[in-house]
Amino acid sequence: MGGLTSGTASEIIQASYFVTAFLFIIGLKRMSSPVTARSGILWAGAGMLLAILVTFLYPGMTNYPLMLVAIAIGAVVAWVSGKRVAMTDMPQMIALFNGMGGGAAAAIASVELYRGESHGYAVTALAVIGGIIGSVSFSGSLIAFAKLQGLIKGSLRFTGQQLLNLLILAAAIAIGAAVVLGIDTSPSAITTFFVLALVLGVTMTLPIGGADMPVVISLYNALTGLAVGFEGFALDNPLMIIAGMVVGAAGTLLTQLMAKAMNRSLGNVLFSGFGDTGAAPTGEVTGSLKPIEATDVGVMLAFAQKVIVVPGYGMAVAQAQHKIWELCQLLIDRGVIVKFAIHPVAGRMPGHMNVLLAEAGVPYDLIADLDEINAEFETADAALIIGANDVVNPVARTDKSSPIYGMPILNADKAKNVIVIKRGKGAGFSGIENALFYLDNTRMLYGDAQKAAAELIQAVKAVG
Amino acid sequence: MTGMIWLYIFMLAAFTGYEVISRVPVILHTPLMSGSNFVHGIVLVGAMAALGAAQTPLEKSIGFVGVLLAAGNAVGGYVVTERMLEMFKSSRRPGKESH
Repeated sequence: MGGLTSGTASEIIQASYFVTAFLFIIGLKRMSSPVTARSGILWAGAGMLLAILVTFLYPGMTNYPLMLVAIAIGAVVAWVSGKRVAMTDMPQMIALFNGMGGGAAAAIASVELYRGESHGYAVTALAVIGGIIGSVSFSGSLIAFAKLQGLIKGSLRFTGQQLLNLLILAAAIAIGAAVVLGIDTSPSAITTFFVLALVLGVTMTLPIGGADMPVVISLYNALTGLAVGFEGFALDNPLMIIAGMVVGAAGTLLTQLMAKAMNRSLGNVLFSGFGDTGAAPTGEVTGSLKPIEATDVGVMLAFAQKVIVVPGYGMAVAQAQHKIWELCQLLIDRGVIVKFAIHPVAGRMPGHMNVLLAEAGVPYDLIADLDEINAEFETADAALIIGANDVVNPVARTDKSSPIYGMPILNADKAKNVIVIKRGKGAGFSGIENALFYLDNTRMLYGDAQKAAAELIQAVKAVG
Repeated sequence: MTGMIWLYIFMLAAFTGYEVISRVPVILHTPLMSGSNFVHGIVLVGAMAALGAAQTPLEKSIGFVGVLLAAGNAVGGYVVTERMLEMFKSSRRPGKESH
């Protein structure tokens, strides 16, 4: 580079990478509190910008025009789609961006392997491991994106599916090992390796149902982090190792939290249980569904002392968050205490409901998670369930034969009155009848969540 | 640097990630996930190095795709995280949302 000796350039790069690693960790740390979170992403963003700029100084690099074109295309497309995406579509957008990172890690691995320069067994092995993880994360995230976007409907399941996945994984590992040990380093072997890894991502993700998506998105996020860390080894790049590993560990922790919130072990989620909760409905539910009119609900809410709102994926589908908050503000102005109760796996990604409520302007101190709020249902005059189903199903506490038995739920059934806003009479994602809907203190308000909320607003206003 | 030192870095980074994240409140799960999604966009510097060293047309095309995907990861991850974090507001803070 003009004027710079390669030694000086290397020193600048290494020093800048060090600063970036520091900024990333500080940024993530600041993201752990709502007050400082906003500044956290700015710190991390500054670090990223610095690292990218100094990377252009790398001694001996070529293909600058190609590089600039690729960065420009990727950046502009991602910028525009990231700015435009609706908050309700955020899960698939994050899945897509995450898959792109995994794909990039796999691309690094394949360039290194095709080039075939020997770096020793350990480094090649790490490149291969990063390659397989990155490929799985890439194709898997694309399938998750397609499912969340509604491009793929339903979940493909057949007997022997797990065996097939295992065989594909074993074949990929065998070929990968042959590449590492130098038994077969031909381009066709490397190509077969990557094709198998990509296919594995597809076959692993296809059978997964929508309600398991928070676990899946979080898992692929962790996997991309790991892949980036492994490719960092292959490229001798400590910044990639640190950033990748921090994300890998953080993502694994988040995945565990999600799995725990569904009462399933990580192993179960990884190897057998993907979407398997769709078993035949079990347990007889007695009682009947009792419909109610919006005007009656309006009166009930207007004269309540305390109302707890439980949003679920149905609220996201109907984009009802703004109307719901408008309704709650009316109630708050009347002196009603309003709280929002969020189940960890409500929606299609970790924290999905929190983001939607924040978008509508709900202050975060009105939002409580499962542990904080569960004791409060008993003192609530009404629990308003909006498009949530399995996360409030009391059979999870009582019926040992139920597929969701043991899953921590929101104790909405303990409230004096339960109002369920629901599109139709069907069972939830898991196909399990919801015993909550049949309780004596439960009333069903049928209809689209947004329309129902608008009717409730009118009803509360009419109370005067 | 020797392989062992890399390994130590790897281990310490894993603990750092675990510790930094373990105290995050549930309400920040999405921004945090998307924030860490942004952070692994650092794969861009690796993809640039790979493309910068690519020689054959095959290597160049894969490297090109890698840089493109990585740039999308980094930029997209930043934009959506920033958008989400901007929305989180407390009712107790001055200058709050209209009520």
